[in-house]
Amino acid sequence: MTEEGSGSAPESGDDLDPLIADLLDGKHRALARTITKIENRSPGYRDLVSQLHAHTGDADVIGITGSPGAGKSTLVDKLAKTYRDAGLTVGVIAIDPASPFTGGAVLGDRIRMASNVGDMDVFFRSMSARGTLGGLSTATTDAVKALDAFGKDKIIIETVGAGQNEVDIVRTADTVAVLVPPGSGDDVQMLKAGILEIADLFVVNKADLDGADRTVTELREMLQLRDGEVRVGGGHHGFEETTVDVGGERRDATTEEGGGSAVDPWDPPIVETVANSGEGVEDFVAALDDHRSYLVESGRLETKARMRYAEEIRTLLREDARGILAEEIEARGGLDEDVEAVLRRESDPYTVAEAILEPLADCVADRRE
Amino acid sequence: MSAEQGQRQIRCLVAKVGLDGHDRGAHVIARALRDAGFEVIYSGLHRSPDEVVQAAVQEDVDVLGISILSGAHNTLVPKIMDGLAEYDALDDTMVIVGGIIPDDDKAFLREEGVAEIFGPGASMDEMIDYIRANAPERR
Repeated sequence: MTEEGSGSAPESGDDLDPLIADLLDGKHRALARTITKIENRSPGYRDLVSQLHAHTGDADVIGITGSPGAGKSTLVDKLAKTYRDAGLTVGVIAIDPASPFTGGAVLGDRIRMASNVGDMDVFFRSMSARGTLGGLSTATTDAVKALDAFGKDKIIIETVGAGQNEVDIVRTADTVAVLVPPGSGDDVQMLKAGILEIADLFVVNKADLDGADRTVTELREMLQLRDGEVRVGGGHHGFEETTVDVGGERRDATTEEGGGSAVDPWDPPIVETVANSGEGVEDFVAALDDHRSYLVESGRLETKARMRYAEEIRTLLREDARGILAEEIEARGGLDEDVEAVLRRESDPYTVAEAILEPLADCVADRRE
Repeated sequence: MSAEQGQRQIRCLVAKVGLDGHDRGAHVIARALRDAGFEVIYSGLHRSPDEVVQAAVQEDVDVLGISILSGAHNTLVPKIMDGLAEYDALDDTMVIVGGIIPDDDKAFLREEGVAEIFGPGASMDEMIDYIRANAPERR
């Protein structure tokens, strides 16, 4: 098992890498090692991911985000348990921050996975936000592909909802749930800053605590406010319905309304849960399923996938182009002289950049014909 | 190409097995390993050998550090080693044990495949240096 992958010729065409063959065969170790290679950006990992792609596309990807202590890990645990009870297999990727100084990290989300211990069909993987190289979201997307190809029905990505990086990660999910703990106006403030837009549904977790009602009300007001911006003058929002009622009735209401804004007629429902006791988890699952069927029926799922792949290709191109530039700079003997010239006011950064890029751009233009 | 250079990072699982509620040592070690730049996964208390194996296999850790202060090491450690073997993970996971292990048992644990045993008084630096020097080379 140890020499796996090392002997694989990257240009071997259709031949499957033995590691990928093992992964598709259902070997847990092969899946784990593939994700490690993806995380480490090991030589040859790109070929692995390319080979995986043909086998993906069947999993339902759910992103869960929220401020630290909102109860994400506990809720993910209960969610995984519910899916397992329904006979589905589950993959979880939990992302924790890493120290920017040492690169070290303590990845503690696993502790909360108490309902699924000893169940190998819940594949739980902790990742640290270690990477500046290529970006964390690329590694997460690739790891999701590995789980997808392995045959997981549901894949859950869990991440702390602070910062652009995390927003990018949850974008790779089909359905994004944002967790809000009750009783703190600050969290609602955080939502204003941009997470509001990415949420397909809201979960007010720890709903047994004081202030949960208020949080629900505040959230609903904010959604209404957003709603008002989109459909000016429309006074007939369907928001008076109860928060946990996310069934068909509600969707009917929103589809009717959807005539006004054809872009995205989905109104994020608000679900109340107590992850510790499992209360409300059923409603949460129902809301997730609901969003899933909305995506399928409206064709949004395909639109999303299209956008996602386009974005993925662009990201890879950026990464590679950066690599080519780094090589070019290296070949020119570094930037020291140019920097010196800029410092002496003999040149300026724009001119230098143009000078370096020009031969490359010429090359590309030549080849295009 | 820059993206192909790779960035390897040592991953460790710090595990508490069995009926042993003394986790201060494990916490201290988890922090020290983190500060040494490793990625540390902490199992939490009272894990069964199966759970530890599951975590070690799925997380694909380079190093599995088992902390046992209950005296049940001769039973628990072999179970973990067997589990690792079952998932083809024995060869490339370095297992180290920390805790109070009588000298007589040390030979037995080493025979089982434990790479190193750290008892009371072992320094953090010693342990970190050992891991850096001996973490299994992959691929």
